[in-house]
Amino acid sequence: MNDAQATPGLSISCQEVVELVTDYLEGVLDSDTAAEIEAHLVLCDGCNIYVEQMRATIRALGNVPVSTLSEDAQAELVRAFRDLRGPTASR
Amino acid sequence: MRHMRSPKPSSEPGPDHHVSARLAAIEPPVIKPPDIKTDDSADVPLVDRLRAGEADAFAEIVRAWSPMMLRVARSYVSTDASAQEVVQDAWLALIRGIDRFEGRSSLRTWMLAILGNLGRSRGVREARTVPLSSVGPAQDDRPLVDPDRFRGPDDQWPRHWTPVGQPRPWPRSPEEATVAAEGRSLLAAGMAQLPERQRRVVALRDVHGLSSEEVCSILGLSASNQRVLLHRGRSRLREHLELYYAADASAAGDRGVGT
Repeated sequence: MNDAQATPGLSISCQEVVELVTDYLEGVLDSDTAAEIEAHLVLCDGCNIYVEQMRATIRALGNVPVSTLSEDAQAELVRAFRDLRGPTASR
Repeated sequence: MRHMRSPKPSSEPGPDHHVSARLAAIEPPVIKPPDIKTDDSADVPLVDRLRAGEADAFAEIVRAWSPMMLRVARSYVSTDASAQEVVQDAWLALIRGIDRFEGRSSLRTWMLAILGNLGRSRGVREARTVPLSSVGPAQDDRPLVDPDRFRGPDDQWPRHWTPVGQPRPWPRSPEEATVAAEGRSLLAAGMAQLPERQRRVVALRDVHGLSSEEVCSILGLSASNQRVLLHRGRSRLREHLELYYAADASAAGDRGVGT
């Protein structure tokens, strides 16, 4: 084992971090590997930026436009709810 | 509501669906116990409000959950119009069946189980035969990050970023870009380029905020397959943003603005 492999954070390569980033963010890595990635991120600007960009991408996906039921359909569902469940509904 | 992002839905004019007609037509659903477990029982007040007949509480969850439910329903059926009907039927089933909700799962998980039952039977009737894997780009074997951006195996720091290959910080966050009007379609365009399976997983997980367990159950994926698809999809979208920012920066350079 050479020096690089003995130093925490350097036994894992950037290319491996890029492959493991989702498992890391999902929290499914074993604790040794997760700790190794954390140590790597302290030392490595490139990977730090990469992981932060993955996080930013995930956050931004929450702003992607989505479609939903028409206002009319939603209003009609609420009317159905009132008719069947509302205080005055006959059950 | 827990787990849910607040979606910014755009109502789509769709075919005219008459809820009252559908309501008369459908039988009260046979609801299988959900096969997904989630953590919470925090919906109890919401359930109580629904049982008490509070229309506001119902309107609230219709608004919050319908976008996610439409996306889920679209996994089972072949057209947007069918998906809208399945979602409406699921809401009607909830109206009829809320007294039978036993609180062993979250209300949302229960709703997803109803939606899954209705969607699957509708999909069978439509004889939806297009297998997931046949839609979209067939192959996705291009590396997620260009291998040339890493040092070679014989380098002092094998497989670490090269100085040129190392990621550059983005000039502004993609969140800012995507809430701004001109950037709204940026990630949507990136998603459209993903293979179908990746797009579905990313949409349900990251756009609609479902849990990995829920997505595995809806799409019939193993946990590890779900993660692989999520990983490839997210990595591609990060790349999409990186290319956008790089193009933006060089355009700004051409115009003599920026740094």
